[in-house]
Amino acid sequence: MSARLARLNTPFVRDMAGPGFAFLAVLIVFSLASPQFLSAATFGSVAFQLPELGLLTLAMLMPIITGGFNLAVTFTANMAGLTVAWILQANGGVEASPAVFLVAVIAAIAVGALAGFVMGVVIAFTRAHPILVSLSMMIFLRGLGEFLTRGGDVSGFPDFVHPIGHGSLLGIPVPMLVFLLGVVVWHVMLTRSRLGFNTYMIGSNIEATRYSGINTRRVVILVYTLSGLMCAIAGIIMMARFNSVRVGHGESYVLITVLACFLGGVHPDGGFGKALPVFVALVDLQMLSSGLNILGANQHLATAVWGLLLITVMICRWLVVRVRSNLAYGRK
Amino acid sequence: MDETVGDKPLLSLRNINITFGGVRALRDVSFELRAGEVHCIAGENGSGKSTLIKIITGVYRPADGAEIEFAGKRYAHMSPVQANAGGIKVIWQDLALFPEMSVAENIAFSEVVGRGVRLVDYDRIRAIALAALARLGVSLDVDAPLKAFPIAQRQIVAIARALVGEARIVFMDEPTASLTQSETDNLLAIVRNLAASGVAVVFVSHRLAEVLDISSRITVLRDGRLVGVYPAEGMTQSRITELMTGRTFDAQVRAASRQDRPVVVAVDGLSRPSQFSDISFEVRQGETLGITGLLGSGRTELAMTLFGMLKPAAGSIRLDGQPVHFSSNRDAIDAGIAYLSEDRLSLGLIQAQSIADNLVIASLGRILSGGLIAPDKKAGLVARWIADLGVKIGKPEDAISTLSGGNQQRVAIAKWLATKPRLLILDAPTVGVDVGARAGIFDIVARLADSGLAIILISDEVPEVYFNADRVLHMAQGRVVGCYDPRAYTLHDIEAAVYG
Repeated sequence: MSARLARLNTPFVRDMAGPGFAFLAVLIVFSLASPQFLSAATFGSVAFQLPELGLLTLAMLMPIITGGFNLAVTFTANMAGLTVAWILQANGGVEASPAVFLVAVIAAIAVGALAGFVMGVVIAFTRAHPILVSLSMMIFLRGLGEFLTRGGDVSGFPDFVHPIGHGSLLGIPVPMLVFLLGVVVWHVMLTRSRLGFNTYMIGSNIEATRYSGINTRRVVILVYTLSGLMCAIAGIIMMARFNSVRVGHGESYVLITVLACFLGGVHPDGGFGKALPVFVALVDLQMLSSGLNILGANQHLATAVWGLLLITVMICRWLVVRVRSNLAYGRK
Repeated sequence: MDETVGDKPLLSLRNINITFGGVRALRDVSFELRAGEVHCIAGENGSGKSTLIKIITGVYRPADGAEIEFAGKRYAHMSPVQANAGGIKVIWQDLALFPEMSVAENIAFSEVVGRGVRLVDYDRIRAIALAALARLGVSLDVDAPLKAFPIAQRQIVAIARALVGEARIVFMDEPTASLTQSETDNLLAIVRNLAASGVAVVFVSHRLAEVLDISSRITVLRDGRLVGVYPAEGMTQSRITELMTGRTFDAQVRAASRQDRPVVVAVDGLSRPSQFSDISFEVRQGETLGITGLLGSGRTELAMTLFGMLKPAAGSIRLDGQPVHFSSNRDAIDAGIAYLSEDRLSLGLIQAQSIADNLVIASLGRILSGGLIAPDKKAGLVARWIADLGVKIGKPEDAISTLSGGNQQRVAIAKWLATKPRLLILDAPTVGVDVGARAGIFDIVARLADSGLAIILISDEVPEVYFNADRVLHMAQGRVVGCYDPRAYTLHDIEAAVYG
């Protein structure tokens, strides 16, 4: 028994234990509470709603691992969405060709990456706190976007944009496919690439990392640029899902992305955190929300339950650490 | 001598046992302290020094059967309140002061806050602080915020605070760790005054020279057991080391001439304004160049310039005869220069991360496969160096902070050896490393030199460079003021020049 337990004590299992346990808890509780919960419809709604929050959470993940933050994720996404919308409008609106759309997507990704790059440069060179830098960027982008759109919606896209938000491929929603791809790329980058390695090291001790011959400024700039790029992808998906772009869409997601990271075991001080547990944590949150919805609970109540879940997880983690250290003492 | 120094000890402990999670941290230890003496507790990390102090100050409770006698009263164990009220004070290494508050507030803190007084009487605070400082024979601006003072003065503030109220025993944990030589001398003078006024001082320090200088008796602990209590008179550093480690170290000068070997690095007229100027030397293959000098002599800045992290204002660095200009330490690493930082805790290693990651961080390029880190190559590199340098670890995934100072330093050296350097700069490689483990570090250094590596060994402890380097440069105020061949000089000659 203890040998089997010991074999389970790998870093992967330890990372997945928290969100995995929450997954099972949500699954069991709602299956018992409602016979409709374990249905294709539930999973369909999870799969359609998850990607926006998920992609933004991936954008938040790498800055948090470096010990920073990117509070500008949602407005960066809005700006990228606006970029696509304007380019489409200026080139025929609903009549625009796929080639125009492709150009628009590339431009949007460039806009997102640029927003991240600017934050990265400021953080890397001035050593200003990432919360302040990204907060400034967030306010700048919001103001700029509201000024340019006069606070209104931009809509009227060609028909072929619709499947990006609502279509399915092999039974899996397209936004979900994009998100899954993002998770895989982020996972490989964090666990296997030099950039990922350096991201963790910087999160624990940026000076010691610099003394080890790593260009820490370059890494920080790259991390925020990639974060901005991921925001842009989220922005394009959101545009296709809502069929319109409006500055402020998804604004409430910012703090949820931070909490999803922590639920997924990302260390609040930086240095530790993996993409896959964060993915499971996101699924937990979305299932919880869908489950409450099926039970007829108010959407606001669902948000309150998310908060409760996160507090519960923090208390459980504390308990696990205590029990584990007691066991370690006992063994000696 | 004061008349309070009598035969009857002020404090005595017998049959002290304590167990933490099944490990016996102290085994049948006894300890005795007389009023007016400076008593040193010596022992390696983990020998039980701090556990013993914590029992005396009431933090830990010893196992049944312990006998504690303090000021004529017997206790089975002491509570922190009893210890404090009885005048047993501790100055921990981190001082536990409040940098934003004034000197006076820091000194009088416990007197004012501890008494539950609701209104603050600043005149009384100043009076308490001035009285405590006067007792030490020190004058400081008591109204200035503590953060305005360097560490040496903060140390004095911490001592003054301990004296407020009736101090009978003062414990000082590594009080000189971050002081320069002259600051240390000042502190030792204050400690002597304190002892002369009848207070018993318990002094814990890694620096054996000052232990011998200041204390009258030395209690040596090893692996939680009492080795013995010895008068400082007639004791030598090497004898204490033997008692602490249970091994003998015969220090022998390793120096030899390497003039026939090719020059690896040649520095000519290297200068940086207000840090160092006109530094010239050569290091040959297999040669160890020692650089010694006090803190602020410019030795670390010189090392960081060689490592590409600072740019020289004048002068040249040549590697194998070719002039080199580094724009970052990455350039220096790629050219074959490695620099082991003097600050292992915050610059040398990333404490929270794993042993394996710390080991490969500077040589990621060597474990890539198809642009990604190859886990098998990484594991192979780690396993090889762990074995080669004899590092004692649990698993490579464990945090490096779980290792002892000596083993951490071995990993830090391995990290740099993995970059395949030609010149290895070791800046204070034994800071925070136990006496026993130091010898192991220098064995590694000797082996590396024999394998042809050029080494620059920087230390403010003259014996380290004297016994382990082929030549010793003495730096002071940014200049090379002396160059010694250890075969032609005695240790005392060089120490007199450096510390004198």
